[in-house]
Amino acid sequence: MIKALLAIAALVLTGAAAAQAPLGLPDVPVPVDNPQTPEKIALGSRLFNDLRFSSTRAVSCATCHIAALAFTDSPLHVSKGINDLTGTRNAPTVVNAAFNKTQFWDGRSPDLEDQALHPFLNPVEMGLENHDPILETIRNDSEYVKAFGTVFDAGPDEISMNEVTKAIAAFERTQVSGDSPFDRWYFGGEQDAMTEDAVRGFAVFLGNGRCVSCHAMEQDFALFTDHQFHNVGVGINDIQDKVPELARAFQVAKNEGMDVDVAVLTDADTSHLGRFAVDDQLSSMGAFKTSTLRNIAVTAPYMHDGSIRTLREVVEHYNNGGVSKADGAVNPFLSGGIRPLNLTEQEMDDLVAFMEALTSPQFEQSLAGSVASAKVSGEE
Amino acid sequence: MSNKYIAGRRDFLKATTSGLIAGMLPVSLVRLAGAAEGEPDFTFAYISDSHIQQIKGAKFVRNWDQGLIRAVAEANLLEPKPDFVVFGGDLAQLGSKAELDHGAEILAGLNYKTHAVLGEHDFYLDMGEYWSKLYGDHYYSWDHKGVHFVVLNSILTYDDWVNKWETDERRMNEMAGLDNPNGSPFMVGDKQMKWLKKDLSKVSKDTPIIVFSHSPLQKIYKGWNFWTEEADDIQALLKPFDKVNVIYGHVHQIQYNQIDNIAFTSVMSTAWPWPYPESYAQAESHLPILTVPMNRADPFNERDATGWQFMNMNSGRVDLEFNLYNNTNRTVGFNHDKGHPEDTSFSDPDARTPAQSHF
Repeated sequence: MIKALLAIAALVLTGAAAAQAPLGLPDVPVPVDNPQTPEKIALGSRLFNDLRFSSTRAVSCATCHIAALAFTDSPLHVSKGINDLTGTRNAPTVVNAAFNKTQFWDGRSPDLEDQALHPFLNPVEMGLENHDPILETIRNDSEYVKAFGTVFDAGPDEISMNEVTKAIAAFERTQVSGDSPFDRWYFGGEQDAMTEDAVRGFAVFLGNGRCVSCHAMEQDFALFTDHQFHNVGVGINDIQDKVPELARAFQVAKNEGMDVDVAVLTDADTSHLGRFAVDDQLSSMGAFKTSTLRNIAVTAPYMHDGSIRTLREVVEHYNNGGVSKADGAVNPFLSGGIRPLNLTEQEMDDLVAFMEALTSPQFEQSLAGSVASAKVSGEE
Repeated sequence: MSNKYIAGRRDFLKATTSGLIAGMLPVSLVRLAGAAEGEPDFTFAYISDSHIQQIKGAKFVRNWDQGLIRAVAEANLLEPKPDFVVFGGDLAQLGSKAELDHGAEILAGLNYKTHAVLGEHDFYLDMGEYWSKLYGDHYYSWDHKGVHFVVLNSILTYDDWVNKWETDERRMNEMAGLDNPNGSPFMVGDKQMKWLKKDLSKVSKDTPIIVFSHSPLQKIYKGWNFWTEEADDIQALLKPFDKVNVIYGHVHQIQYNQIDNIAFTSVMSTAWPWPYPESYAQAESHLPILTVPMNRADPFNERDATGWQFMNMNSGRVDLEFNLYNNTNRTVGFNHDKGHPEDTSFSDPDARTPAQSHF
């Protein structure tokens, strides 16, 4: 298994060395203090999948970031941690997370290395009291000791979470995917790569749908995110009356040293405060990071709380101007640009077809399964 | 309610403590740093230029509505609570009862006492008659915690101009235009000048004074009425006082200045930003040299370069926190050593975002 992974990692690296990023993607940014090596990537993969790093020894990173499901836990609305405890947020994909300028839905973590520290300790994720059990497990595992020695030139006692998270991040940086039908059509010039529906949908994406304003594209690549935070009327719509009391209580508790990571994952109402919980800016109330659209068809359900089941319903939410029901109350903190779109039924269908053309080859199998299951649940 | 939160085990805040700046004052920092003994120590909020615009019947421009709705909702979240809110004028776009009523209803969502300033868009349809029914006098003053507050109606103009139009609607539309050869400069008029002189005569020279006007009480650019005819005379009346602050709307952009003892600061619009006259009209303007201009608004973002502000009274001077939706918040504080307002982050030329030089 390790051998196979090493082989894949070597291939990925060879590719990177030749500066041949997948079609539609830029080169992966790699921090200078954490260069990619095949050994480090293999080590990171093993850590990512190790169940022993949770209090019940039954949950790993891969529990919620399942490779076959484009590194999500679709179709769960919110993730399940130790003892089946549920959090408040939909597992974001690891795929292409290497390009994110912040991590987590609210951007509370600056990079992949820092991000990897937190789920271990969250009471509804992996539930450890501190990171010591992880280091203890590693120091008592001869294969790990050997690998850390090779990768970081570190003796057993020198292994710290710094090395652990660097290895995990290095593995995550190999999970990039482009080459979707859209990429082959738009960047590769293959005229037949996308269906006519999807081609029309791309026009809606750029035009009447106003999607590209936030799901941004560049001249020669498309990450489909502006890396910003927007209130799009999800979650906060349901707690509008509570916002003043909630915001004040949260602010007081935060100043008294409350753990934000724990608060936002253990209390649904607090979770809906979004970016505000992180940066204290009134303008960030109820705002969440623009997620990528790549492989979106295989990662249902949608939005930070997984509250919208299908892509079609997401489109309807935006078409209504930031409310899921056309007559619902718009929240006062709604971001500029979110407004009724007056799209036709055809335009909305086409947009969905466009998003379905953003699935990379390695996840097409999941797409088939996901569409089938969506159809089944839609018929219920 | 706060015990629903689990006490922190880790120092999460390491990466984000710098977030505790403008936007919301941390509850623990209610006592303002630098406030001298016995000086007033309070905050108020300022919302301005909402330009509520009726399309037809009950349909209003959604974007302008949302801008004001958002300011009201955000101001209600302020900690510490402001002592009051000032609305800086141009509640309506074309001064109709429908627009003023619709705007007043949104503004009534504020949980604080609200003082209103009259803007030209509220005024020139019926010469302020309906606005008066909602908000009372066109100019007035009051005292609060040792500070003397004055509201001026600075958007009056010459009687000849007022009376020359065949309809009220035409008059309103002519005054609403920029670079309009049919326009007319703003003024406060003789009657109000006399009132101001009398009002100020009762105030001791060491009492901090804050004047709220819709237009700048300084001459910046006449074509857009960034201008008040009697600016020099008003400044002369204010000159004998130790600490004077003038806060004005109308310009929909960040401006600040210091003339003698008078600190001037503009406030933002909740509706849309104006470019700086120099960049758009390609005409020379007298943008105060102290001002670090705003960065160029992103035209694809409907809320960029709009916002509202809250203000700390700090030793008799006003520090403004610009709460800018979808942009970097800015703070223009009064630098007591230098004796003028300055941007706390972008004053150093190296720290600035290059401003637009053309539109």
